[in-house]
Amino acid sequence: MVQVLGAGGLDEIVRALRAQGRTVVGPVVRDGVITHDVIDSAADLPRGWTEEQDAGRYQLAPTGTDEIFAFSSPSTSWKRYLYPERTLLIRARRRRDVVEIHEPEPEAPPMAFLGVRSCDLAALDVLDRVFLDPDATDPTYAARRGDVFIVAVACSFPGNTCFCSSMDTGPTPRSGFDLAIRELHDGASHDLLVEAGSTRGAALLAEVESRAASDTDVARAGDSHDRAVAGMGRRLRSDDIQRAALDPDHPRWDDVAQRCLACANCTMVCPTCFCSATEDSTDLTGTESERWRVWDSCFTLDFTHLHGGSVRSSTRSRYRQWLLHKLVTWHDQFDASGCVGCGRCITWCPVGIDLTEEVAALARSDESVPREGAAP
Amino acid sequence: MSRDEKPSLAVWKFASCDGCQLTLLDCEDELLAVAERLELAYFLEASSAVVAGPYDVSLVEGSITTPDDVERIQEVRRQSRFLVTIGACATAGGIQALRNFGDVQELMRIVYATPSFLSTLETSTPISDHVPVDFELRGCPIDRHQLLEVISAYLAGRAPVIASHSVCIECKQKTNVCVLVAHGTACLGPVTHAGCGALCPTFHRGCYGCFGPAETANTGSMATALAAQGMGDQEMDRLFHTFNAWSEPFRSAPVPVDPPKRRGR
Ligand code: SF4
Ligand code: SF4
Ligand code: SF4
Repeated sequence: MVQVLGAGGLDEIVRALRAQGRTVVGPVVRDGVITHDVIDSAADLPRGWTEEQDAGRYQLAPTGTDEIFAFSSPSTSWKRYLYPERTLLIRARRRRDVVEIHEPEPEAPPMAFLGVRSCDLAALDVLDRVFLDPDATDPTYAARRGDVFIVAVACSFPGNTCFCSSMDTGPTPRSGFDLAIRELHDGASHDLLVEAGSTRGAALLAEVESRAASDTDVARAGDSHDRAVAGMGRRLRSDDIQRAALDPDHPRWDDVAQRCLACANCTMVCPTCFCSATEDSTDLTGTESERWRVWDSCFTLDFTHLHGGSVRSSTRSRYRQWLLHKLVTWHDQFDASGCVGCGRCITWCPVGIDLTEEVAALARSDESVPREGAAP
Repeated sequence: MSRDEKPSLAVWKFASCDGCQLTLLDCEDELLAVAERLELAYFLEASSAVVAGPYDVSLVEGSITTPDDVERIQEVRRQSRFLVTIGACATAGGIQALRNFGDVQELMRIVYATPSFLSTLETSTPISDHVPVDFELRGCPIDRHQLLEVISAYLAGRAPVIASHSVCIECKQKTNVCVLVAHGTACLGPVTHAGCGALCPTFHRGCYGCFGPAETANTGSMATALAAQGMGDQEMDRLFHTFNAWSEPFRSAPVPVDPPKRRGR
């Protein structure tokens, strides 16, 4: 059942979530981008802001309206709230000849995510497959993921680097949320349609002021969805992915390796990249040591460092590993795509490498796809 | 080694500003612990009392710029079991390696009233050009925590945890907003060796490359991206050629507009 929120409805939702003792995380404007942070009320949300994203480029822009969700992928993803950049795994202390090992309990802060886009819902599902595997459950992730309350938001204005409709992950949330919002804004009327996706979502929705959506409201929502699909900035064809995987000697691999900085920004911003390294440290006294898990990336040399050197020493082999893992071997490993089409890796690549463009080029045997901006 | 036999530490200076060895004194809270585990046998910046070598660990600051340096570093190596170079001067030749691109005789005539008093080399070069080095710690200046990590690792007999990947990884781990993509600010982070904790981007500045080239730094592609943002050749030349100018691939990185009297490219 779809409801239309009253004027203060969104703020009431935030308040209700906070009253449940949850830290509410949502999109905010900071340092010239829309990113995620803890919010206290709906007033912290990026009302009146949108952005222009393109390969290697991001520019915040005012909408001139009071729309709250008129943007696409925020610069950060949700993964850091579930799988923090650094996690202490164990601390060991030596007293005379006895070594005491302390394993901190994983933190389980009650959280709510507000404004989760459909691609990012799919990304949470991907992370769940990785970290909540019954045979190898990750305690940190499991504790934090716990009962996160999820307020999803349908995308009305996909960005120029978005391609969720190609990946069948959006732009309208289908499952995996407690509440899902769609913002409708046309001239005079500005409404937030809300739908519950769980019992506790329905219970919370019953607490806030709303009315039942009319047939017209539902029809407007459908139009908004169709416009979003039509406005998708990028496209990735699944048959191209299959073909791109076939030829390890394709000259495009050399071409992209020449441009790639191996800087790892793509993997850091990706909502599904989950690799980590384990760092052991000892202190000066030689009596205390710690083991940390830190985000790592397949773009570093250390990532495949074995005795005698790195297995993937060329940037070519590292880019190829990244792209084919995301799009192809992830399916074998986790029964899902590692890419959900959020476009972050395209926007935040300093040299604007665009995986959709690379795949399209790799799928052609004649190499006739010119690069955007490349000299003819 | 048994715990009551402290390994000895020596700190050496070549052509440098002293900022890196000052980092050791700067370890205020940890300095006592360092002194507890290591005998500070030769550290003129801290004490004129000197214990004769050989030394277990030597920290070497500065680059080789004089004929005297060339001989002295051999002696330092002979006296040192484990030799760590600290900072951009010692690991890359430092800012003074800009002379390597020019004509030293001419520079001397411009700067000094009586150039004949000087005895200097045509180049400023890193320590590793002259003697084998056991570990190189980057930075201008080095990072205090990294220095303590190298010392702790030495004491524990393990490899130091010092990443050689890009500054971008540190930057993203701090959830900084990328100044290059979002603000169009020139930033060398993608080709620069981590270690500073992305200090400049954290304060909305581009990275200046203090820690020198990262592993597999792709300066060609970086330069293309900076040029596309409107950076001119001269500005680009300056960006790549600062404290780590003599380190490849920064050394041969793009292309000065005005190339007279440049060598080594
Ligand atoms: S694809 Fe882009 S963001 Fe990723 S490592 Fe290469 S240059 Fe960096
Ligand atoms: S690979 Fe790129 S587009 Fe796909 S999910 Fe990761 S960041 Fe988003
Ligand atoms: S600000 Fe600089 S160091 Fe940070 S991610 Fe961007 S390019 Fe890399």
